[in-house]
Amino acid sequence: MAVDPLIELQGVNKYYGELHVLKDIDLAVGRGEVVVVIGPSGSGKSTLCRTINRLETVQSGTITLDGRPLPEEGKALARLRAEVGMVFQSFNLFAHKTVLQNVSLAQVKVRGRKRDEADRRSRELLERVGLRAHAAKYPAQLSGGQQQRVAIARALAMEPKAMLFDEPTSALDPEMINEVLEVMRQLARDGMTMVVVTHEMGFARASANRVVFMADGRIVEDRAPEEFFTDPRSERAKDFLSKILKH
Amino acid sequence: MNVLTDNLSTYWEGFLGTVELTVYSSLLALVLGFVMVSFRVAPVASLRVFGTVWVTVLRNTPLTLLFFAVLLGLPRFGLVLPFKVFAVLALGCYTSSFICEALRSGINTVPTGQGEAARSLGMTFAQTLSAVVLPQAFRSVIPPIGSTLIALAKNSAIAGAFSVTELLGTYKTMSELGYNIVWTFAWIALGYLVVTLAISALFHELERTWGVAR
Ligand SMILES: Nc1ncnc2c1ncn2[C@@H]1O[C@H](COP(=O)(O)OP(=O)(O)OP(=O)(O)O)[C@@H](O)[C@H]1O
Ligand SMILES: [Mg+2]
Repeated sequence: MAVDPLIELQGVNKYYGELHVLKDIDLAVGRGEVVVVIGPSGSGKSTLCRTINRLETVQSGTITLDGRPLPEEGKALARLRAEVGMVFQSFNLFAHKTVLQNVSLAQVKVRGRKRDEADRRSRELLERVGLRAHAAKYPAQLSGGQQQRVAIARALAMEPKAMLFDEPTSALDPEMINEVLEVMRQLARDGMTMVVVTHEMGFARASANRVVFMADGRIVEDRAPEEFFTDPRSERAKDFLSKILKH
Repeated sequence: MNVLTDNLSTYWEGFLGTVELTVYSSLLALVLGFVMVSFRVAPVASLRVFGTVWVTVLRNTPLTLLFFAVLLGLPRFGLVLPFKVFAVLALGCYTSSFICEALRSGINTVPTGQGEAARSLGMTFAQTLSAVVLPQAFRSVIPPIGSTLIALAKNSAIAGAFSVTELLGTYKTMSELGYNIVWTFAWIALGYLVVTLAISALFHELERTWGVAR
């Protein structure tokens, strides 16, 4: 367990109507820790990310960020959301805004920065993800990998305490996966606290401190990556790994 | 033929009346439509209900009935205003329900993921709607909103029946003076054509500048 938890879930239960999607989830993510979440489709990985960011409400349990419980709704929640960056499988860039505007928008709206100050910071971040030259383009003019890197820069622009990634490379062509993973590896090296839903085992092995294996809405295993991949304890995990290792 | 030249001032007054009704009612309809669509997608249930009731009631009431309700009903509650203001209220509220629905269909064309991304960045509901969702929704709704406002311009003729000075009402004056009814109506129709074509042109221009998908 993490010594200095930045994100902490205790006894979290989430239902969609009758469907029990998250079952008694306890999870602590330490400051600077990288946790990879892995598991079969429908096991609740996306839902877990979305509840940490309160894009979904939970029926019971507590979620704290940096020791503070998540507020219910309204302004306080909006502010808190900005502290946790989220990167989606489908990039979700604002289609009517340029790359630069995508990165600057929330800095101005949420952080109250001046436009030119925000733009300056956006350019720095775009530099960091290798896309400075594309600042004036619209999302549709970029490749998937480039779009996802913009999405990462956009989330980083809020100076979040933690970043959530929900299958950030699943929608990408194979040759673009690595450019996104490289940005994520760099983030991990820089000490960012990260929760990453991914089936990229290379990334998990190289950058993760822990692997959390989920099945049917429960956390089944929570272990160091090497241990988990070479010696899974549960039948569910063995079964799952044998399936994805075949590919 | 000389029906126009002989009655230029009557005709011109009527034309201005129609333009005025159209402009004010359009502004009211756009503002209210905007507010109502915000209600309809709001995270607060009571606002959603209000928006839904507003649209359902207004969209399904015949406009003439609405005119009667406003002109005869509101004074009963002590609200006495010039007929022209009542007419703008009736036309504006009625049309706002159509604007609201057009905007809502536009909102549905914007992928929900973009709204979620905005929220995950800490933007409030109002910020998400105004900076991310509506600007994109607008692009796809420029043509239907144009049609709605053209319909509004033509619907404004009903106000004439309630003694508001507008284009169609001028026929009474002219037919009383014994002018040829066919020509009278032809000129009136031309007046409406000028108004509706102006709206068309405006929306074509808007679509040319904003409607392009990037
Ligand atoms: N908005 C929703 N309404 C109802 N059910 C939902 C909703 N979102 C997800 N679910 C259900 O909740 C369960 C968990 O979904 P979730 O998306 O968290 O799974 P996942 O582990 O991310 O799967 P995948 O690997 O396919 O992305 C699934 O059974 C799914 O059908
Ligand atoms: Mg998922």
